[in-house]
Amino acid sequence: MNNKNKVWMSILSIVLAVGMLFSHAPLLAQEEENHAVPQEETSKIDMTTLILDHISDSYEWHFCGEGENAVAIPLPVLLYSKVRGEWFFFNFKHLEEAEHHHETYEGFKLAEHGEANAGKIVELNPLTNEWERPLDLSLTKNAIGLFINSIILISIILYCANWYKKKKPEDAAPNGLIGLIEMLVSMVYNDIIKANIPQHVQRYSGYLLCAFFFIFLTNLIGLIPGSANLTGNIAITCVLACCTFLFTNIGGNKEYWKEIFWADGMPTWLKPIMAVIEFFGLFTKPVALMIRLFANIMAGHAALLALIGVIFITAQIGAVINGIMTPLSVFFAIFLDCLELLVAFIQAYVFTMLSAVFIGLSVPKHHH
Amino acid sequence: MSLLTPEIGLLFWMIVAFGVVFFVLAKFGFPIITQMIDERKKYIDDSLEAARQANEKLAKVQEETAAMLKEAQEKQSQILSEAVSMRNKIVEEAKNEAAVAGQKILAEAKEQIEAEKEDAIRDIRRQVGLLSVQIAEKVLRQNLNNDAAQMAMIDRMLDEIETK
Repeated sequence: MNNKNKVWMSILSIVLAVGMLFSHAPLLAQEEENHAVPQEETSKIDMTTLILDHISDSYEWHFCGEGENAVAIPLPVLLYSKVRGEWFFFNFKHLEEAEHHHETYEGFKLAEHGEANAGKIVELNPLTNEWERPLDLSLTKNAIGLFINSIILISIILYCANWYKKKKPEDAAPNGLIGLIEMLVSMVYNDIIKANIPQHVQRYSGYLLCAFFFIFLTNLIGLIPGSANLTGNIAITCVLACCTFLFTNIGGNKEYWKEIFWADGMPTWLKPIMAVIEFFGLFTKPVALMIRLFANIMAGHAALLALIGVIFITAQIGAVINGIMTPLSVFFAIFLDCLELLVAFIQAYVFTMLSAVFIGLSVPKHHH
Repeated sequence: MSLLTPEIGLLFWMIVAFGVVFFVLAKFGFPIITQMIDERKKYIDDSLEAARQANEKLAKVQEETAAMLKEAQEKQSQILSEAVSMRNKIVEEAKNEAAVAGQKILAEAKEQIEAEKEDAIRDIRRQVGLLSVQIAEKVLRQNLNNDAAQMAMIDRMLDEIETK
C-alpha cells in the first residue's frame, strides 16, 4: 500500500513537472512577443526585493497578482504620531490610494525603496524636516497572522484539555488529533522538561510547552503559501527569547548567581574575568536562541522563494532553459519544502530544549 | 537591515498574543494534559505492578495447591495402607478371638460332657449298686429262705475265704 502510494506520488510529480513545462510554452511565446515591444525594464524581475517583500511584514495581506491585479486585503493601521501627539487609526487602502496620486494621507506616507525605513509608514518631522517613524502599532500581516495562530493554538489545546477533563486515567488513550497532541506534549514533557528540570517540573512546564507548541504551529503555518512568515521575523523570536531569559533569571536561585559571579573551583585571579564572561553569557544565550530560530526559518523561506524565482528568471532568458530549469526547481522546491517541515519541528524542539537546559542550569539541585 | 531590527508594533502585538496564549494554556490547557499523562503513567505502572503481584500470587497459589495435592495424595495412600493394615488386624483379631472363643466353648462343652458323663456314670453305678443290692437281696431272700441253704451258703463263703 505504502509502496503503491510512493509510486503514484512520483508519477504525479513527473506529470506535474512535464505539465508545467508545456503550460509555460505558450506563456513564453507571449512573453517573447512582449519582448519585441521595448518593455524590458518593467518585466525584469528584482529577486532581492521580491524575496524580501515576501518574507517581511506588510500593511496588507497579499495573495497573488501584481499592481492593479493584486489580490490583497488592506489591513488596519494604528499609529501614534509623536510629532503631533495624536493617535491615528485608518485602513491601509486610503494610504495606498494616496500613494497612487503621490500624496500623503493624514501626513503619512510609505517610505520608498532606498530610503531609510523602506516599506514602513513615515511622517514628516517639521523641526528636522526629516521623515520619521511614528509609533506604529498597526495590525500588520504578521500581527493578524499572530492572532490567527494564537487562536488556532488555544482552540486546539483547549479542545484537547476539554477531552481530558471528561476522562479518567483508566480510560483508553486518545487517538486522532488529541492523540497527536498528547504524543507531542508527552515528548516535550518527559524528554525535555523532566529530563532537564526534574526539580521544578510544574513551575516551568507551562511556559516550555507553550513555547514549543507556539513555535511548532507557527513554523508549520508559515510554510503554507500566502501565510505570514512569523517565526522568520525577529520581533517574534525576540519576545520568545526574552521570555526564556526572564524565566531563566527570575527563577534562578542563589547557587546560580554565585556560580556566575564567583564560581567555585577556580583560581581567585580568574574569578573576576569569569564573572564578566558569564555575565555576557547571560545575554548571549537568549540572543543565540533568537537568532537561531529567526535565521533558520527566514533562510528556509528565502531559499524556497529563490528556487521558485528561478522559474521566473529563466523564463526571461529563454524557453529551453526555462523548460529545463522549471522541473528541476520544482523538484528542489518540493525537496526543500519537505526539509522545511523537518526544520519546523527541529527548531521548535531545539528552542524548547535549550530553554529547558538554561532554566535547568539556573535552578541547580545540588552543587557538585 | 530591516530584517534584523525588531518592529516595535510587532513586538507589542507578540507580547500581547503570546501573553494571552501563555496565560490561557499554562492555566487551563497544558496542566490538565500533563496531569493526565502523569496520572495515566502512574495508573499503567500501578497496573503493571498489580499484574506482577497477581502473577506472583498465582504462582504461589499454584505451588501451594500442588503441595496440598501432593500432601493429600500422600495422606490418602497412608490412610489407605493404614486401613488395609487395620482391616487385616481386625480380621486377625476376630479370627483369633473366634478361635479362642470356639476353643473355650469346646472346652466348656467337653467339660460339661465329661461332668455329665461322670454324673451319668455315677448315677448308673449307684443305680447298678442299688439294683445289684436289690437283686442280691432278692436272690438272697429267695435262696436263703431256709436254714440249710443258709448254712450251705455260709459254708461256701467260708470256703471261699479259706481258699483265698
